[in-house]
Amino acid sequence: MIDKKASMQRCINYRKKILDISQNVTALHAAGAFSATEIVDCIYYDLIRKDDKNKDLDTFVMSKGHGCMIQYVILKDKGILSEKDLIDYCKPNGRLGCHPDYGVPGIEASTGSLGHGLAISIGMAYADKIKNINRNVYVVLSDGELQEGSTWEAMMMASNLELGNLICFLDHNGSQSFGHTKLTHPKFYPIIDKIKAFGFDTNEVNGHNVEEIYDSTLKRDKKKPYLLVCNTVKGKGVSFMENKPIWHYRSPTPDEYKLAISEIKEIGE
Amino acid sequence: MRNKFADAVYEIGSKDKRICALVADISPAGSMLKFRENYPERFINTGVAEQSMIGIAAGLALRGMRPVCYTIATFSLYRPFEFIRVDLCYQNLPVTIIGMGAGVIYSTLGGTHHSMEDIAIASSLPNMTVLAPCDPIEMRNATEWCLTKSNGPVYMRLGKAGEPNLSENANEPFDIGKVRNLIKGEKIALLSYGITLNICFKVREILKNKGLSPSIYSCHTLKPFDEIRISQILKSYDKIIIIEEHVPEGGLSTRIKNCAWKYKSNVKIHTFTLKDQFIHFYGNHEELLEKHGISVSRIIKKINE
Repeated sequence: MIDKKASMQRCINYRKKILDISQNVTALHAAGAFSATEIVDCIYYDLIRKDDKNKDLDTFVMSKGHGCMIQYVILKDKGILSEKDLIDYCKPNGRLGCHPDYGVPGIEASTGSLGHGLAISIGMAYADKIKNINRNVYVVLSDGELQEGSTWEAMMMASNLELGNLICFLDHNGSQSFGHTKLTHPKFYPIIDKIKAFGFDTNEVNGHNVEEIYDSTLKRDKKKPYLLVCNTVKGKGVSFMENKPIWHYRSPTPDEYKLAISEIKEIGE
Repeated sequence: MRNKFADAVYEIGSKDKRICALVADISPAGSMLKFRENYPERFINTGVAEQSMIGIAAGLALRGMRPVCYTIATFSLYRPFEFIRVDLCYQNLPVTIIGMGAGVIYSTLGGTHHSMEDIAIASSLPNMTVLAPCDPIEMRNATEWCLTKSNGPVYMRLGKAGEPNLSENANEPFDIGKVRNLIKGEKIALLSYGITLNICFKVREILKNKGLSPSIYSCHTLKPFDEIRISQILKSYDKIIIIEEHVPEGGLSTRIKNCAWKYKSNVKIHTFTLKDQFIHFYGNHEELLEKHGISVSRIIKKINE
């Protein structure tokens, strides 16, 4: 069982923290972080297992690198990054940029260019498998990444290599630079059928409900790679940011910031 | 060189469990049968999917493995270029990319299978080491270094089959990062890398009959580039002849000319490179090189001018 109440409270804090940081920089990917907030919280707090020394046993790769704000605030929450790291975000003396860099504590791979994270995660999961290491690799993909041929190349290999230790989450917010995917690329759908055809076990949940994310992941077929389609809303939690492409990259003005902060509340359904 | 390369990976991989081989439906002759049969879990064929070959190799390297990725040069370097740049070079991971049959070796397969710009492209990437051994002996040494000692990504250009051993009686040992003198001579220096060093030996044989004794250098490491040694070579000879199976820009010729400018050398430099052209011509390797302007007779003619 997971503590849903605690998760909802954490997610309130993360969204507020990201809005706070947005006031120090001209641009950041807040909306893409808000759609993945509950998914990434669930991975870090409920899914990643600990070893005897309380060290993370499993690996997390943020393949949708532009969503890394949520990863940064969680890594700060867990004491892996510092408050100073967040204050210096995108500043000359800082070490955090708009996309995660390998080498920064808690960052397992450099992402940001879409369509890279899955193949890298497959390499990690396969190395663990042949070394008999009991470790899961959790990956968050954007739906835009499912338009990259490299993602499908990698999916085919994940199935061929029978990577039951590879657990992927699709942040399906259905929104990209030119508008809603349903309108711009209708043949992107159906998603589930395509994932199944590539040999993955899959399911579909509300991506803002940690219980659903957690329960589905536990029930997965552990002999196959897993890809959970998490239906989300880009900019979730701030009404004027939700599903508006303009908020992909811009920071709110001080007035917009105040309004946004006032709107942040528990999300569970 | 393909068979010898497969043997090298097998032998080195037998002693080091970190070594794994990834291929994209093309593999060295015999399909690396020995390695595959003995270490099936360390052999991955991604199918005709070069981007995921590089990405998976990066993930393996992030877990402490030392992968080697193998296919025809144009598919190992050009097709997944951005994966090499981001996954391997940006993260500085010890993954070796083999560019097999580089240059215009696959003469009759046409332009889609030629890689005439690989040295320039690979060398332009930060953190990348670029190697082009001239024969199976240099290749064995280079492979050993790539698989066990390199600290970052390597692009290694290889020939195809039937390359003669040129470095058996070399004047100097093989050292990564160093220009290597194979034959000591005077007045004329012949410099090349990879399998076109064979041409240098043919040129030298003809010149010997005329009482000339040129030196031959193997520039097997294109990056990092041994500028110091090149600056000494520029000072020590009357004529510098560079032969490379590569477009004029961004290869050995460009680099040596840069050195000449930097070290204020006035020595005569003659370059024989591929043309900056896609040549639609079907003949054997030697005939296609001739079309590009690289042949023993042209080089001899230039030296005699």
